[in-house]
Amino acid sequence: MTQAKSTAAFEEVLRVEGLSVEIGISTGLLRAVSGIDLHVGRGETLCIVGESGCGKTMTSLGIIGLLPRRARLTAERLVLEGRDLLALSPKQRAALRGDRMAMIFQDPMTSLNPVYTIGNQMEEIFLRHGKGDRKAARARAEYLLHKVGISAAASRLGQYPHQLSGGLRQRAMIAMTLMCDPTLIIADEPTTALDVTIQAQILHLLHDLQREYRMALILITHDLGIVARMATRVVVMYAGQVVETGTAAEVFAAPMHPYTRGLLDCIPIPGKTARGAQLGSIPGMVPALLGPIASCQFRNRCPQAFADCAAAPVPLRETAPGRTSRCLLTPASLVPQRAESLGAAE
Amino acid sequence: MTSIERDRRGIVALSPAPPYEREAPSPRMIMRRRALTHPGFLFGATIMLATILIAVFAPLLTPYDPYFQDLSQRLIPPVWAIKGSWAHIFGTDGMGRDYLTRLMFGARISLTIGFGAASIAGFIGTSLGLIGGYFGGKVDAVVMYLVNVKLALPGVLIALSLIEVFGGSVTSVTLVLGFLFWDRFVVVTRSVTQQTRIADYVTAAEAVGASRLRIILGEVLPNVANHIIVIASLEMGVAILVEAALSFLGLGIRPPTPSWGLMVSEGRNFMFFQPYLVAVPGIAIFVLVIAINMLGDGIRDITAPEGRN
Amino acid sequence: MSDVVLECRDVGRRFSVGAGMFATGKELRAVDGVDLALRRGEMLAIVGESGCGKTTLSRMMLGLLRPSSGAILFGGVPIDGIGRATVARHIQPVFQDPYSSLNPRKTLAAIIALPLEVHRIGRRETRRVRVEELMELVGLPRRLIYAYPSQLSGGQRQRVAIARALAMSPEVVICDEPTSALDVSVQAQILNLLQDLRRELNLTFVIVSHNLAVVEHMADRVAVMYLGRVIEAGPTSEIFSAPRHPYTQTLLDSVLTPDPTRGLPEFALGPGFPNPLDPPSGCAFHPRCPKVMPECKRTQPATRRDSARMVECHLYDPVEASAAVSLKS
Repeated sequence: MTQAKSTAAFEEVLRVEGLSVEIGISTGLLRAVSGIDLHVGRGETLCIVGESGCGKTMTSLGIIGLLPRRARLTAERLVLEGRDLLALSPKQRAALRGDRMAMIFQDPMTSLNPVYTIGNQMEEIFLRHGKGDRKAARARAEYLLHKVGISAAASRLGQYPHQLSGGLRQRAMIAMTLMCDPTLIIADEPTTALDVTIQAQILHLLHDLQREYRMALILITHDLGIVARMATRVVVMYAGQVVETGTAAEVFAAPMHPYTRGLLDCIPIPGKTARGAQLGSIPGMVPALLGPIASCQFRNRCPQAFADCAAAPVPLRETAPGRTSRCLLTPASLVPQRAESLGAAE
Repeated sequence: MTSIERDRRGIVALSPAPPYEREAPSPRMIMRRRALTHPGFLFGATIMLATILIAVFAPLLTPYDPYFQDLSQRLIPPVWAIKGSWAHIFGTDGMGRDYLTRLMFGARISLTIGFGAASIAGFIGTSLGLIGGYFGGKVDAVVMYLVNVKLALPGVLIALSLIEVFGGSVTSVTLVLGFLFWDRFVVVTRSVTQQTRIADYVTAAEAVGASRLRIILGEVLPNVANHIIVIASLEMGVAILVEAALSFLGLGIRPPTPSWGLMVSEGRNFMFFQPYLVAVPGIAIFVLVIAINMLGDGIRDITAPEGRN
Repeated sequence: MSDVVLECRDVGRRFSVGAGMFATGKELRAVDGVDLALRRGEMLAIVGESGCGKTTLSRMMLGLLRPSSGAILFGGVPIDGIGRATVARHIQPVFQDPYSSLNPRKTLAAIIALPLEVHRIGRRETRRVRVEELMELVGLPRRLIYAYPSQLSGGQRQRVAIARALAMSPEVVICDEPTSALDVSVQAQILNLLQDLRRELNLTFVIVSHNLAVVEHMADRVAVMYLGRVIEAGPTSEIFSAPRHPYTQTLLDSVLTPDPTRGLPEFALGPGFPNPLDPPSGCAFHPRCPKVMPECKRTQPATRRDSARMVECHLYDPVEASAAVSLKS
């Protein structure tokens, strides 16, 4: 097994404070993301985990500047490598996209243009950001394709996306993001559409590349297994808010927010969960994201909700440096989880 | 306690749910809300409704007979001209017939031909599209062959010849136009059917043991219905225009039936001194067809399928 | 002989790909030589990655697709012989995508009652009662009976699909990736529901999935498929604790448990999934197998069975294995 991630100090690449995304819909203003803070440094992997509708994709689109037209972004701070992104014009932000920060999307079939060759799409990024001439672009493309484990790289450059399998396409996408040597890569569910064995290989690739190039990686996923294996730090999102943060070891060993605990209870773990027993579950549904936040958004599904949870919005409390939870309960008053502690090595 | 009971308890225990936790509005409610705020739809629907009412109640709305000729009253200008009067709001034509009355009765012709042709074309085209799209393979090849043949034929010329053969009555014009304009229905229906065919709910219906006919009519057709309505409205506009053109050329409806196209044709001779003879029916055609088109567009916008969250 | 409810005997299915009016197609062997037996009350999991043929096999088990070779038997009688309508009363599906398994233009009542209408069971009033009963059984609030699928969440839709599958009280339910399109918390609800239903109604399940953690949790037996063939099968606990086929081992290694003390699994799998239209010679897995031997390229391994397990791999061929050992030493 590869070594677990080290927690040495990281030079900060991205700092986000108070990011909110609102989308105007017919019934009102949908608060897709409400005031989230996050930061990530060189060589660090930050995992944003949550279920559908929690706002993780909108957060990533907001950071990279690709929100849909009807969505509005507000933030107190949005700084990339010391540059204040909020102060830039759209054109200046576009110049940074692909160059200093790049994004890997979930489904390589729909995020690669089917009518252009792989090589063409890769070279375009290089040329658009003025990194060199066509010859240099081609050389770099071939080098990167080889780097991501695609054999016969030169001939692949002339192929079209549909000629590659899903795993290869995702590798090509990763190579594409590396063309201009960015410091920040955001990967939105990069392996969800792939087979299990390919998934492991792609995650390996990301991990190795990150170590070699010392990039900051924001990995967005709903799969807690991926989070546990890949993340340095974890941000758990629910209904547009951050509900828990911490290092991977902390969050998995002793989750503080009932939602995180609920999620961990839901997953069958071979060897740990009793076969045939009921899985834990979180009853109910995510609340509608309309109107101002007036209470804890999780209270209707929380096994330990009490009167104060409905009275006022719950602030994000920091119990230790880097360790936060948006819950009124103290760790001592949390009921034991059904699954055994997951921190113990097998 | 099984999870079912636990879940049931969970659902019950969620009351009282905050007001915004009701489930999503039904498709009908969404469509109604959209319809009431869609300007094109409202405009089109209003005009159509007005036209239909006028056509249906024409005899009650006017004291004149559209066929009654009074040569002493020829070519009286409409009420807004110098010599006009309120007795004949749109004036009279070359035969002394009241123009407004002829316009109202002409609406019947246009609407009948429009609805009729669109219905016939819709029936033929939808059936072919469903069959071709659902069965695929050789059956589909035959359907597409028919469509290609139809597209290769010069529709209007054939319409002319057929009308010559069968005479220029409203019935024959409706039938001829209906049998000539079904290709757009086929193409759209076939395409939607092909997409629907692979959906899991069709497979589920097959797994339930439903017959093919039941699946086509019960599972596929409801999904095709919205598209058909939109195409039907557009084809209606086309049918009305073609009929007007044919009648204008003297090759469609025979006089003295008050078809709007015929009215334009008859007014040709007097165009320079009594332009209203041409303008009034011309504008009527224009307004009706635009209203139908906007109605069709509006229906398409309103019934646009709900996407996922 | 315990009651075998559903059985596949040497089932195969070939497709002709790329055939048009003027060209003959190439042959795609989606499923090849599958032998499976399903006992009453059991949950059998069919696992494999995309292109392994598991979906095609599940369609054949539902009677929607006719095998090109071999036979599928229900209660000892070939499915072909029983009419499709009768098969439908005994074997029902639950599909993966809750968004496309319900007709968006029909109400829940119409969707769930469809099997009853097709088979003319009951009258309008009794059908409505049955629909309400089913909705309660799967945990749907009664007030949703005339709602449309677009008004429901993914988990609720999947419950509707399950209710529809149970309408005629079938014996066998075939679930094709029933939870992979759902959120984790909803997945757990649906899986718990399936387990409860299995116990309360004594149902027999076939679950097609690529999620091995779920399979390990719920299934009694597992069959692993690769490129159309079942390459290993047996009781879940045995397969998971002592997998024999190298592919099974790889699949198990790829399961990422939420344990932060472990890193990413390392396994040496050759690149690229093979082209089903042009499968490799001999054992289909040999180009990617970490334990490949010369024999693997030449001949397809024979099926080896013992007690409850089976495996198709040259490693377990006594002659080859000892030859390999002697080569190494």
